[in-house]
Amino acid sequence: MKSGSNLEKLLEKGEFVVTGELGPPKGTDVEAVKQKAGMLKGNVDAVNITDNQTAIVRMSSIATSKILVDEGLEPTMQMVARDRNRLAMMSDLFGAVALGIKNMLCLSGDHQTFGNHPEAKNVFDIDSIQMIRMVKDMRDEHKVICGDEIEGEFKMFIGAASNPFADPFQYRVHRLAKKVEAGVDFIQTQCIYDMKRFKEFMKQVVDMGLHEKCKILAGVTPLKSVGMARYMAANVSGIIIPEEIIERLKGAGKGNVAAEGIKILCEQIQEVREIEGIAGIHLMAIEWEHRVHEIVEMAGLLPRPKP
Amino acid sequence: MITADRKPFEEIKASVTGYDKIIVLGCETCVAICQAGGEKEAEILASELRLAFGNEGKKVEVNDLHVIRQCDDEFMADPAFLEKVKAADVILSIACGVGVQHACNFFNRTITEKPTRVIPGLNTTFMGANIDVGLWEERCLGCGDCVLERTGGICPITRCAKSLLNGPCGGSSGGKCEINPDTDCAWHLIIERLEVMGELDRIKPVEMYKDWRPSHSGGPRKRVREDLRL
Repeated sequence: MKSGSNLEKLLEKGEFVVTGELGPPKGTDVEAVKQKAGMLKGNVDAVNITDNQTAIVRMSSIATSKILVDEGLEPTMQMVARDRNRLAMMSDLFGAVALGIKNMLCLSGDHQTFGNHPEAKNVFDIDSIQMIRMVKDMRDEHKVICGDEIEGEFKMFIGAASNPFADPFQYRVHRLAKKVEAGVDFIQTQCIYDMKRFKEFMKQVVDMGLHEKCKILAGVTPLKSVGMARYMAANVSGIIIPEEIIERLKGAGKGNVAAEGIKILCEQIQEVREIEGIAGIHLMAIEWEHRVHEIVEMAGLLPRPKP
Repeated sequence: MITADRKPFEEIKASVTGYDKIIVLGCETCVAICQAGGEKEAEILASELRLAFGNEGKKVEVNDLHVIRQCDDEFMADPAFLEKVKAADVILSIACGVGVQHACNFFNRTITEKPTRVIPGLNTTFMGANIDVGLWEERCLGCGDCVLERTGGICPITRCAKSLLNGPCGGSSGGKCEINPDTDCAWHLIIERLEVMGELDRIKPVEMYKDWRPSHSGGPRKRVREDLRL
């Protein structure tokens, strides 16, 4: 076992896993974290804790992850290369292991110009692929980058992201291959709406045998409103929302859009389950934690299996 | 070349207000080519300052001078030039930041009678190329360890907003960078270039951690050529 996490064990057993996501508060509101955690408990196998997502300052992913551990949920601590150099990353990773965190996700991070401190200086000492290798070497070689031995145990299940909807499309699978070469254990994809492009991507993944070297979780996000769909399509880089989905939401009529969004999501989940190489879903119900139970139940994914 | 932009006029004017004898000092190399701080720009800025102070009824003497390079002693050593510098209350240098500092250091080493005050009239921006008429783009960060041989001659350290060595990130869309639709995605360009050259395999291996010591992260840098030292 790489870390013996719930997520790792379920993936090893071949269960179709469900991971969720929890955005920490813009402050110190522990109760808000606990409340969101309570809505996710029992409905997902692990919960991504975002790291100053969209470059907006929030409670640290490491502290929020620890609150989840205490609440009996398994966190996947996200870590971005934007805010930390290699010293800070390794030091935080020691701390994370010490606090009982067993999964992490290596990310480059949204550029700070998107966030609430665009004046900030970024770091980008190492990139997400190098971060994967760094954590793998910490775990498997028991060494930090410079070669010094790590005192004490270091176990971590290493994740990363993949965006099949960014460009250039033909290169996307090669970037995933680099993450595999760097030593990633699992991948969570960007939100999928363009199923045709995703299937094309997964065919390339399977042709290269990458699905046998890491577990791939398909990213899904419910569309709450037509406005949200339009906003995401226009403003979130690397997201493609086909016009037919937007039309379907519009067609649902006033008061029924959110329900239609969940229906579309459940259909998407069924569709990705059929795709070779998909080991689970990563459900990003952004500020919609209270509907996760309903979604997972409708998708036929309850009860969650025990590791 | 090193590029620069002139500071806003009001900021410049405020910075020289209170002095009676001002010299605007142009630099005829990089900043002249990018039309920010050469002879012509020194003349124009001096005229603007004369006009502005004149309109306020202030008696201020503003002259302009220029040298070939403010980043090199030999172009500022002329005694007649130094006499003029000495007579001024303030030198408004419109060289890059290197020139401003070097001129300040040189004048204070050479003119011993009184300290020489040198202040900047430009904001130094980047090391870049003249892409088109009136257009300059950043091309090099001076990281001290060039990777261009493996990236198709396109620098990811400089031209990727995240300096990624294993890009492109998930924000690359339609060949453009997530931070700005006017900015090309460096990694998109790299992939296209390597594809044309049939060298896409060059970027398939994982590029490992960069050693930032040769860059500014190793502290202010110094270059010594012992064979050229006296």
